[in-house]
Amino acid sequence: MPPPAVLVSDLVVRYGSRDAVAGLSFAAPAGRVTALIGPNGAGKSSTVEVCVGLRAATSGSVQILGIPAGTADAAALRSRVGVMLQDGGLYSSARPLALVEYIASLYPRPDDPATLLGALGIDPAGRTPIRRLSGGEQQRVKCAVALVGRPELVFLDEPTSGLDAVARRTFHDLIRGLVAQGTSVVLTTHLMDDVERLADQVVVIAEGRAVRSGTIAELVGEEESVSFRGPLHADLTGLRAVLPDHGDVIEDPRGHYRVTGAADPMVLSAIAAWCAQNGVRTADLSVGRRSLEDVVIALVGDL
Amino acid sequence: MRPASARQRALAHGRWETSLLMRNGEQLLLTLVIPIGILLGLTMTDVLVQQAGPDRIPRAIATVLAVSVISSAFTSLAIATGFERRSGALRFLGTTPLTRSELLIGKFLATAAVTAVSTAAVCLVAVLVGWRPSASALWAVPVLILGTAAFAAWGMALAGLLRAEAVLAVANGLFLLLIMFGGVVIPAASLPGPMSVIAPALPSGALVTGLTDALVDGHAPSALATAVLLAWLAGGALVSSRTFRWS
Repeated sequence: MPPPAVLVSDLVVRYGSRDAVAGLSFAAPAGRVTALIGPNGAGKSSTVEVCVGLRAATSGSVQILGIPAGTADAAALRSRVGVMLQDGGLYSSARPLALVEYIASLYPRPDDPATLLGALGIDPAGRTPIRRLSGGEQQRVKCAVALVGRPELVFLDEPTSGLDAVARRTFHDLIRGLVAQGTSVVLTTHLMDDVERLADQVVVIAEGRAVRSGTIAELVGEEESVSFRGPLHADLTGLRAVLPDHGDVIEDPRGHYRVTGAADPMVLSAIAAWCAQNGVRTADLSVGRRSLEDVVIALVGDL
Repeated sequence: MRPASARQRALAHGRWETSLLMRNGEQLLLTLVIPIGILLGLTMTDVLVQQAGPDRIPRAIATVLAVSVISSAFTSLAIATGFERRSGALRFLGTTPLTRSELLIGKFLATAAVTAVSTAAVCLVAVLVGWRPSASALWAVPVLILGTAAFAAWGMALAGLLRAEAVLAVANGLFLLLIMFGGVVIPAASLPGPMSVIAPALPSGALVTGLTDALVDGHAPSALATAVLLAWLAGGALVSSRTFRWS
């Protein structure tokens, strides 16, 4: 079994008196997509910064492609890793092809910049400077500079932010293609759709620690819940009172209601009876597995 | 896997920085238009009494080249680097195989290229207005290289020490102070009080002295001017290597 692409052990990153990362441990398997998810301030970005060499760890250890981070020849290790940053990172006055060609020149066996840009939907012959591209186009240029060095491991920080639906599908296909070639991917995102479509392994982080990790199936589990559609912002005080085992009802998103707790016939019966007694029209009353988003919110609160 | 060599990466970064600088209209103004404008102003008018006489053109060239080096290697470099950090461009480069020293070498090479273009343009215009240089004028080349390196080192140091907006203010302020009171426009000997002693010990004063030695007096730069520039280079390299940050 190959060593993990990323192995983080008891990582602590401290800013002043605050621990942004407080003893985080996880392993990102080689040749797979590992998603780091959690609310803002959970410590995801600080963790990635340590992994890519932009920040020193306060304590703990990080191994990248089997090499302890910070001890190996930096250029040699960074030749094998690609990074797509969430904020900035592009020379705004440059043209996309010129920038990607420059970045390619720093790597030993780069991809063809024009072909890569074309695959991402950016015209390689375009003369528009990066600052005049749309947000989604700039995001695709960032993706190109992260991938042009043919990395063995890629860190992607909010990669589909600002992309339209078609561009996101293209991006998903690109990532699947990379993984099929053996590339390891560490994905940081708030979009559960990206995680569900791409991730083989999920690490849920809150307050600087991993609160749960596993495959999506492992995280979602076999547990089921009841949901239904109803009028917007319905007063559900009465329904809560009749639910067995102190179950709760949550409206999220608007007009969609999810009942927490066990999903048994008694709950279905209680909901149907309450709605009939109170003249509440419902639709899609059903029992199903929880979504990944439900699981994560239950673990860490709002994303 | 054998990584691209450090030399290849430093050269690649130098080429990249040079292409960015050469496409920047503001930089072209600093590199070509302003130095040539100052040269014409100094050679065709009596703005500065001390530059009258037969040495007027070579003295003007020394002044203009010093202004050009300080603006390109110090002010522009510091400001550009400060804003590259603010935009996150440096942060991204910190994740690529480019190392800190390769980045610094690349930036120096780009600055040197810009200074070379500026010097060539100034010399060409000087010839057009009557300058007839001797072979000893070539002593100006090592002085320019040393001066560019010293100012670039302090430009990078400033960019590492301060936020981008502060770099903008401080770099422009120091530029004006050095030009006016650092032995560039007004010769050190003509400055009032202690400034006449301090100016030759500043990199600006030493740069003008070295250029004057080569262009006006026709000999190698004085040992004092060379030593001053070397000392500022060493100090700047030390500070910039300790204060440089990718983000």
